[in-house]
Amino acid sequence: MDRFAFVLRRPLQLVPVLIGISLVTFILVQLMPGDPVRVMLGPRASEEAIRIVRARYGLDQPILLQYGYYIVNVLRADFGRSLAFRAPVIDVILARLVPTVCLLVYGLVLSVAFTVALSIAAARRPGAWVDQTVRLFCVAGLGLPSFWLGLMLIMLFSLRLKLFPVSGFGDSLPDVLWHLFLPALTIAIAVTPILTRNLRATLVTQSAADYAVAGRSKGLSENYVFFRHVFPNSLLPTISLLGIVVSFLIGGTVVVETVFNVPGMGQLMVRAVLLRDYFIVQGVTLFFAVGVVLTSFVVDIVTVALDPRVKL
Amino acid sequence: MSVGSEAGPRAAVGSWRLRLPATLLVGAAIVVTWLLIAMLGPAFVAHDPIAVDLAHALLRPSADHLLGTDSYGRDVLTRLMYGARTDLQMAFFGVAGPFVIGTIVGLLAGNFGGIPDAVLMRILDVTVSFPYFVLVIAIVAVLEPGLTSYYISLTLVNWVSYARLVRSEVIVLRQADFVLAAHTIGIGEIRVMSHHLLPNAISPSVVFVFTDAVLTIVLGSSLGFLGLGVQPPAAEWGVMIAEGQLYLATAWWIAVFPGIAISLLALGFSLVADGLAKLLHTAP
Repeated sequence: MDRFAFVLRRPLQLVPVLIGISLVTFILVQLMPGDPVRVMLGPRASEEAIRIVRARYGLDQPILLQYGYYIVNVLRADFGRSLAFRAPVIDVILARLVPTVCLLVYGLVLSVAFTVALSIAAARRPGAWVDQTVRLFCVAGLGLPSFWLGLMLIMLFSLRLKLFPVSGFGDSLPDVLWHLFLPALTIAIAVTPILTRNLRATLVTQSAADYAVAGRSKGLSENYVFFRHVFPNSLLPTISLLGIVVSFLIGGTVVVETVFNVPGMGQLMVRAVLLRDYFIVQGVTLFFAVGVVLTSFVVDIVTVALDPRVKL
Repeated sequence: MSVGSEAGPRAAVGSWRLRLPATLLVGAAIVVTWLLIAMLGPAFVAHDPIAVDLAHALLRPSADHLLGTDSYGRDVLTRLMYGARTDLQMAFFGVAGPFVIGTIVGLLAGNFGGIPDAVLMRILDVTVSFPYFVLVIAIVAVLEPGLTSYYISLTLVNWVSYARLVRSEVIVLRQADFVLAAHTIGIGEIRVMSHHLLPNAISPSVVFVFTDAVLTIVLGSSLGFLGLGVQPPAAEWGVMIAEGQLYLATAWWIAVFPGIAISLLALGFSLVADGLAKLLHTAP
């Protein structure tokens, strides 16, 4: 298959996954206790009103048909009505999309910066004390709970040193960057160990590769070999990891947005769970999953574009 | 001897040069220490983990209360020890279900292939497209906040990780000479799977058990913190941190110590995973 065919065919592979995602989110609400319509309309709703809403969402139909209605509704961006927020689910979610996307991008940028710096520092001298320290961070960092780390950062930088705000989102771009620094830092600290393990290992392997040895033996400086040859060649495995990392980052936003009171989708999800607002839970879950799938898709395309050797 | 070592020097490339058993030993020591604290600790403290004693609320760490008291006047050290029981239990039950189910499914799918295997791979594709934490929370939401829901949710979501690990090993192994030999001399299908394939395919899963324990503890305490897991007033580290959140400026000890506890226990499991990976020659 040539490159062009791949770009055409890869979107088709999304279809079964998206169907699977829609099935899971559909089943999720089927599993919930009680009648969704009664929950939606409240305890004092008349039988007539319940029947009308049931009919509107097709809930009086067989389950397979209901799934069909669900798909059609989702495609028309109708995710039902939120009981707690008294608004269509889609509006509630979209109103909270921007803070979450900002936080994700910010967190990703910080993670990449940390990862590149730590991996290079570690891989230049494998086994040296810098390498060992980075390694310890990678092992310990995985088990640092972000919600606690966030609180510690608040305690240190917001309450003691008063460098950053305790919570909130901000209005202008610099203000947002200032407000979201600690949340993004928290997420980055959680994700960096995963990426660093990967990039460092690749850097070490590539440093010993034949082309690197050849470069050194014809008199190129170690720095030149490392930064011009080894480093660019080591990036691809880490880039292909980004799909998983975004999924991890999204999980992180759920906790971190709650700790730092960022008005995003993660915080919305936690609130919705506590308020038993199932349609919001369903909608946010769907949004996040589709986000992960699309990210993996873009990462795949980028990988193919960057690496002429990728076998399709 | 494991077949993995025949497959090539998987562990040697790009691995950290480190004294082999050190991480395993230190990690095991940390985990065992926590086990001892969870089992024996409460016998050595005079305080109650739950009873409210407002006269002694928000006391700084002192000889009487080594780690201070919280806003309800409960001894933080006492709650930390009882919390160790909950969080260790979480690590065990949160991992055991997915491990057993995933291993069996992965073994069957890898060995027989065909339609069940194809179905497994599709389930896998769909599961990894959900952010893990979000899916776990969504399922907990539908069931009802609490520890049992957490276990159910983890089992529903996480068995696929183990199934994938075992399946990918089995697919390679079922072509190996020793398996063909076993079939040739008439050993039954089930016995080949349980006595020949499984022991050789399980190493990556065993390593992952300990990494998974880290995730399970961090996730479980996160749920406790968010109010979706263990419910207060029960002593659980995440719940304790949530209770300390309001007192960060005045009574830091309430939130700080449980977090250190989580990090230490998680570090123990991480180190065990790291050491085991070296020992069993699986890639990190």
